[in-house]
Amino acid sequence: MLSIFKRSLALLLAASLPVAAEIDPWQYNLTEGVTSVSQNVYGLHMFIFYICCIIGVIVFGAMFVSMYLHRKSRGVEASQFHESVKLELVWTIVPALILIGMAFPATKSLMEIYDTDNAELDIIVTGHQWKWQYEYRGEGVSFFSNLSQKSKDQIYSADAKSDDYLLDVDNPLVIPTGTKVRFLVTAADVIHSWWVPELAVKRDAIPGYINEAWTKVDEPGHFVGQCAELCGKDHGFMPIEVKVVSPEEFESWLGEKRAEAAAIAEAAKQTFTIDQLLEEGKVVYDTYCAACHQANGQGVPGAFPAIAGSPIAMGDVGLHMDRVLNGGVGMPPFGEQLTPVQSAAVITYQRNAFGNNMGDIVQPVDVVQYQQGQ
Amino acid sequence: MAHGPAKGFSRWLYTTNHKDIGSMYLWFSFAMFFLGGIFALVIRAELFQPGMQIVDPNFFNQMTTMHGLVMVFGAVMPAFVGLANWMVPMMIGAPDMALPRMNNWSFWILPFAFAMLASTLFMEGGAPNFGWTFYAPLSTTYAPASVTFFIFAVHIMGASSIMGSINIIATILNMRAPGMTLMKMPLFVWTWLITAYLLIAVMPVLAGVVTMMLMDIHFGTSFFDAAGGGDPVLFQHVFWFFGHPEVYIMILPAFGVVSAIIPTFARKPLFGYSSMVYATASIAFLSFIVWAHHMFTVGIPLLGELFFMYATMLIAVPTGVKVFNWVTTMWKGAMTFETPMLFSIAFVILFTIGGFSGLMLAIAPVDFQYHDTYFVVAHFHYVLVPGAIFSITAAVYYWLPKWCGKMYDETLGKTHFWLAFAGLNITFFPMHFSGLAYMPRRIPDYNVAFANWNMISSVGAFLFGAAQVLFLYIIIRTIVSGKKATDQVWEGATGLEWSVPSPAPYHTFSTPPEVK
Repeated sequence: MLSIFKRSLALLLAASLPVAAEIDPWQYNLTEGVTSVSQNVYGLHMFIFYICCIIGVIVFGAMFVSMYLHRKSRGVEASQFHESVKLELVWTIVPALILIGMAFPATKSLMEIYDTDNAELDIIVTGHQWKWQYEYRGEGVSFFSNLSQKSKDQIYSADAKSDDYLLDVDNPLVIPTGTKVRFLVTAADVIHSWWVPELAVKRDAIPGYINEAWTKVDEPGHFVGQCAELCGKDHGFMPIEVKVVSPEEFESWLGEKRAEAAAIAEAAKQTFTIDQLLEEGKVVYDTYCAACHQANGQGVPGAFPAIAGSPIAMGDVGLHMDRVLNGGVGMPPFGEQLTPVQSAAVITYQRNAFGNNMGDIVQPVDVVQYQQGQ
Repeated sequence: MAHGPAKGFSRWLYTTNHKDIGSMYLWFSFAMFFLGGIFALVIRAELFQPGMQIVDPNFFNQMTTMHGLVMVFGAVMPAFVGLANWMVPMMIGAPDMALPRMNNWSFWILPFAFAMLASTLFMEGGAPNFGWTFYAPLSTTYAPASVTFFIFAVHIMGASSIMGSINIIATILNMRAPGMTLMKMPLFVWTWLITAYLLIAVMPVLAGVVTMMLMDIHFGTSFFDAAGGGDPVLFQHVFWFFGHPEVYIMILPAFGVVSAIIPTFARKPLFGYSSMVYATASIAFLSFIVWAHHMFTVGIPLLGELFFMYATMLIAVPTGVKVFNWVTTMWKGAMTFETPMLFSIAFVILFTIGGFSGLMLAIAPVDFQYHDTYFVVAHFHYVLVPGAIFSITAAVYYWLPKWCGKMYDETLGKTHFWLAFAGLNITFFPMHFSGLAYMPRRIPDYNVAFANWNMISSVGAFLFGAAQVLFLYIIIRTIVSGKKATDQVWEGATGLEWSVPSPAPYHTFSTPPEVK
């Protein structure tokens, strides 16, 4: 049976071969994807679809024939038969047998999806409101992945949207080809779901749980996906981008990421002027804070508190740092996601913008010390 | 005076008459249908094209949530309770419901529940915005303050449903006319009897889960908070233990309606009556052991996943039996295609399409791709709109002449059918495509790749909405100036409800009829 749908799969592959990045505005079917799992899933999808079509043709065909032949306007007399144990048995047993036929390939495919053993690379995927965090276990690399600024700028603009609108991020996930990658999926706040259709990987990211999923991609490529579980206001704005590169490129990319981390640690030792901090702070605020607290710092009554005149932004610096770095009262923690320079800048900005005018400065070193003291 | 209704508003406030209460349920659900429809049109207007144009994402989430809650709890369920109130006593030859005062109470708490739910839209922080499935912790730790009102409203709706169900069970089991054995009851009565048991079994579960939320929010417990040793997945298990039987609560009475209408217009008895009863009972039983198919992606162990997949696939068997029986009922009949028949035939075809996508969704490995996409949205709208809504509409056309003694305009009725049929398919069929092309559900904005299908869906939604305004007009016109209906109304109609005059007198079967 498997070979039948593999053949039909090959036929369909030849008919439609979409290039990953190309947009087809009339795409109507599941992607066959790029992994053995995704192709099995696609084959199964088409197999069940065809069975449904055959049943549909028979049932609806009988209905339409009946509606044509057995209408009163043709002068027919209604029969009065209304029972047949034999027929009832037939249409109980035959569908049951068809279902058993479906269950075998489905079980096989499911077992493949669940086989997360012998992974060569572990990536911890953490869902946050509203971004993804990727941590390469044992590699010393961890970063956040946000919706790109380009897409953000287009949301409320009347201009035509770009092809990758809402499907592009600032820092894509990068994985090597030919490697079994295991995703350890969890969440920091509410439930999210990490989904890349072409890899046929979808796993809920649940606080307190670590779910496992895996993929193995043989050719380099670029794949996109979106959060699939309603996670609040910006659920539609936390896409996933995966770049699959050769193992050599992957190693050098890891090296770059490590160098970046070192540079960030170095920058945290410097001292900045208030103007430098305010300038950087506004950028950070617009990127990370404005989605909830609004660009004008007024917040949304009942949902997100205002920064302007906020008792936190105008109160004790330590409490302010605590709220930004560790979150609380529904606000996510930003301590991991922002660099010490960014944290210091945005706290300084919030204490001095929107008419708060506290006049105090928080330096990156204060942030580092605060975090170390925890 | 002794046997007639009181005058004015107090008639409706104090009434214990099953027909009055049935009418109030039906009008209330119709009002909720329009309210939920307006929410849906806000959603479709925003999704007409990519980018945010009309509402902000938070309000969009409030709309998806309120649309679901109002349609499920406000439109579909009360409509079926209304039909049960009107028809069950008349079908079994009883003078009224068994518990008339409780009947009044179970209706009258509903408007308050929904007024409270709707009022959250005007509260600071907005209405519930966590989806009609209200998964924790989005609906607890991260919820707007109005969630408490939502919880209270759900409690009231649940109480109303439970009282309604007790009443229906008590009526059916105690008040059948002499000779009306269980296996002689019309299938609508059977499906409601089974539905009522489902309701009594699962509404307390829903009440329990919202109470646990209430405790988490206000009393410091951590049922669903992982940080306090709780479990967000527990919420989903409890919710869907309610939620899956709930979807059959919304479809079993529809099976009953269609099983009454198709034989009437085919002028032929229902094929396989007893197998229909057994199939309904099997579906009801299976509905309790398939809940986790809504949760295939939460990380259930392989064995659990397999169990829920197999159990879910099994549901196709009794459901198939029903469809085959309806088709065979039509076979060799002498059919005419009045409006109720058109809606019923559309029900069989489109509900079956929803069943096909349901079977596809049951296949766990493939469900990983479908889950939480528009494919799911297409699936459940194909079972709920042509399923529940079309069957309710068919029921209204079918029994309206008996209720008000006047005939609706057949041409207008058929126009309504074709507009609704076109609108429904234009709205929901493209959702299969956008879902398979990987558009997630519950997003306020989307990539240009999904723009075409969404634009078509939005156009269809407004067409469907317009068709329902025509429905309202048809009903009012019938009541005000319809032609007098005969007692029999339909040539092929059988059953006790057609043996009383049209309109049905305020009190029917004060002396029980004899059923042969």
